[in-house]
Amino acid sequence: MDWKLSDDRPIWLQLSQQLARRIVTGIYPPGSRLPSVRELAAAAGVNPNTMQRALAQLEQDGLAKADRTAGRLVTQDTTILEAVRTAEAQIVINQYFDAMAELGYSQQEAALLLREELK
Amino acid sequence: MSEQLITCQGLTKAYGHKAALSGVDLEVGRGRIVGLLGPNGSGKTTFIKLLCGLLQPTAGTLEVAGQPIGPATKSLISYLPDRMYFADWMRAVDLFDLFRDFYRDFDYSKALAMCASLGVEPGDRLKSMSKGTKEKVQLALVMARRAQLYLLDEPIAGVDPAARDFILHTILTNYNEEGTVLISTHLIADIEKVLDEAVFLKAGQVMLHNSVDNIRENEGKSVDALFREIFRATPMEGGEF
Repeated sequence: MDWKLSDDRPIWLQLSQQLARRIVTGIYPPGSRLPSVRELAAAAGVNPNTMQRALAQLEQDGLAKADRTAGRLVTQDTTILEAVRTAEAQIVINQYFDAMAELGYSQQEAALLLREELK
Repeated sequence: MSEQLITCQGLTKAYGHKAALSGVDLEVGRGRIVGLLGPNGSGKTTFIKLLCGLLQPTAGTLEVAGQPIGPATKSLISYLPDRMYFADWMRAVDLFDLFRDFYRDFDYSKALAMCASLGVEPGDRLKSMSKGTKEKVQLALVMARRAQLYLLDEPIAGVDPAARDFILHTILTNYNEEGTVLISTHLIADIEKVLDEAVFLKAGQVMLHNSVDNIRENEGKSVDALFREIFRATPMEGGEF
């Protein structure tokens, strides 16, 4: 999974969203140690302070917590992980509806087409 | 230790009757990567040369780590000039020897390690090197010092995009964490991701100084897009030199 940064939004925000995505998809499994700020910053080609801010946001969201010795651990709290996963899913669903709306489909029509697809 | 690393007030530098910098007030903290951005002739190199003590200000004050520019500040500053100042018969290792003699904070083994990772043969003479390779050697020289302030004047101007990424990566992974890196460039899109802060210079004055994320948040666009917008509006300004 590569880091993708777009031009229109703050970099730290995009980084924290992509880190969250990596956590809920299990790239960083529950309870595991996250790579260091320096490693992550180098991999994403961003400033360490920016990565630091993204990680601070993860802590605030409860997805990671600072370890007593060093670094950060991914949370093992399944309620939080599930909540973030649901929120991510909601974003994907909204993207679908937005794209379908551009093609002129109402939400009902779009949902119907999706159901047809499953048959 | 003073809080700000760079402090200047009313900093002015005139060449004859032409002001390259006029009344610059600026404060830059520690542990930051700062982009000094502006079109040609906006005063970027002049500002960097003032910090190095290569130029004397016409008016105003300039301090690094709470001290006026002088031998004490020079030992804190690692400077990458916008053009090569070494004789071309020298080998990279000769330069490393030179720097080891001149600077107490020069890490010889780190310079060699950087050469290896940059794919530069340290025994080669400068005259046999391509422009990009010379830039890499100079970068290794400058980044192998454990300096407080790194002044990089157009470090990526002459190299191809792949080498740019490589150079930026080298800067990111090698700077001293308590030190600040000031990078002057007009290739903003390439370096935007690595910057904490951006300083926009226009015709010798600071017109914007903010964090990259604040700029993106406030303007809804990248620093590069904002730069193009600001400097496109008045195409005749800022390019006098």
